[in-house]
Amino acid sequence: MAVVSSEATAVATESDIVTVRRLVREASAKLGFSLVDQTKVVTAASELARNTLIHGKGGEMELITLNGPRVGLRLKFHDHGPGIRDIQLALRDGFTTGSGLGLGLGGAKRLVNEFEINSQPGEGTTVTVTRWK
Amino acid sequence: MATTTVNQNASLASIIERRRESILAEWLREMSGATRRSDLMKESELQGQCGQFLDLLARASGTGTNVQAAAYEPLREMLLDISRVRVQKGFTPRETAMFVFSIKRPLFTAIREAHGKDPVAMAEQMWSTTELLDSLGLYTTEAYLKSREEVIRRQQEDMLELSTPVVKLWEGILALPLIGTLDSARTQVVMESLLEAIVQTNSRVAIIDITGVPTVDTVVAQHLLKTVTAARLMGADCIISGVRPQIAQTIVHLGINLLDVTTKATLSDAFGLAMHRSGFSFIRSDKKEKRDN
Ligand SMILES: Nc1ncnc2c1ncn2[C@@H]1O[C@H](COP(=O)(O)OP(=O)(O)OP(=O)(O)O)[C@@H](O)[C@H]1O
Ligand SMILES: [Mg+2]
Repeated sequence: MAVVSSEATAVATESDIVTVRRLVREASAKLGFSLVDQTKVVTAASELARNTLIHGKGGEMELITLNGPRVGLRLKFHDHGPGIRDIQLALRDGFTTGSGLGLGLGGAKRLVNEFEINSQPGEGTTVTVTRWK
Repeated sequence: MATTTVNQNASLASIIERRRESILAEWLREMSGATRRSDLMKESELQGQCGQFLDLLARASGTGTNVQAAAYEPLREMLLDISRVRVQKGFTPRETAMFVFSIKRPLFTAIREAHGKDPVAMAEQMWSTTELLDSLGLYTTEAYLKSREEVIRRQQEDMLELSTPVVKLWEGILALPLIGTLDSARTQVVMESLLEAIVQTNSRVAIIDITGVPTVDTVVAQHLLKTVTAARLMGADCIISGVRPQIAQTIVHLGINLLDVTTKATLSDAFGLAMHRSGFSFIRSDKKEKRDN
């Protein structure tokens, strides 16, 4: 799979989440995503970035543009936070350890085509999502 | 023994100490030529800053020329302060950095005179002093830029706040057009001002228009739902308008339940519904119809 470009950006403050959304919107528009698909991947990025910031105590996002055989956008959210002990539980709608709706993780999964979580308690979490054009 | 004494007397600190007044006078003259902004700052204030800078520089320079070292902390603090104030007063970055750079000539004159018969020592000290002042100048520029970014960020925030006014559309009908990013502390403020306005105007219907909100994620949805619930407790119904097709789709995928909330695609649809619910109806007058025909 041809990686056209890859860039990392910090997710350490609330305003970084705004930056993440802008970067993802720009990248998906550049790839020619429809407005609906742009909105989906931007919203998924917003959820995952906020999880990185709030639950993961900050981290970074890697934005990867894929070109050939399929065109798509891959986002990797990485943190060194407390990790997720029970991933199935975390994905369940309505489950939250904070004060949210508990819909972010499951919602993000439904908004993309590929979704993967790697997490070790005490080590950190990496969530990788891909949306194909 | 003798060499030590010479070195001691020729250190930057002692040069500044011995020639403080003449350096200061020349420095101020230098600045009035280049970048003195008497329209922005009082002479006495500038004199005070220059004097303080010289004293702090004399004290710190005895320890070396690394401006990141702890000994330079008071000096850095002072430059940070100067930069911040100058950003507010409208100085340019150049004018701000010149505060440091314009001391070069007076200081070099003093160094040259102090070393009279020892060109090697003189060259050495000029070089290390240049490096030192350059670092301090760059530090000042960085501090200036950081302060300015901070100012711009705050202005943007203020603008966002201004762009979300609660407007009264009709007797008993309020609208809150939301524009921009919604997930900061500001959302809370905006929503609270809506609730306040509901009480003040005794309104029964409030329209929250999200046409200008680019992304509706779980946090935005949560704020909206909380506001709708709170408004309901105060006797007002909320209608959320500006739900564009792409937003409707993401809301469904996220699993957010908006079934209890009335939503409309456009603000005008929402307004029509609000009028209807409040018992108003529109009638197009005959006169108008004739003129149109
Ligand atoms: N990066 C992460 N590091 C550690 N825990 C996480 C991380 N991401 C998610 N979690 C855990 O998974 C739970 C569910 O996440 P999810 O995003 O679905 O809900 P939420 O963030 O609590 O609320 P919201 O609906 O506002 O997103 C979180 O409450 C948290 O315990
Ligand atoms: Mg979340």
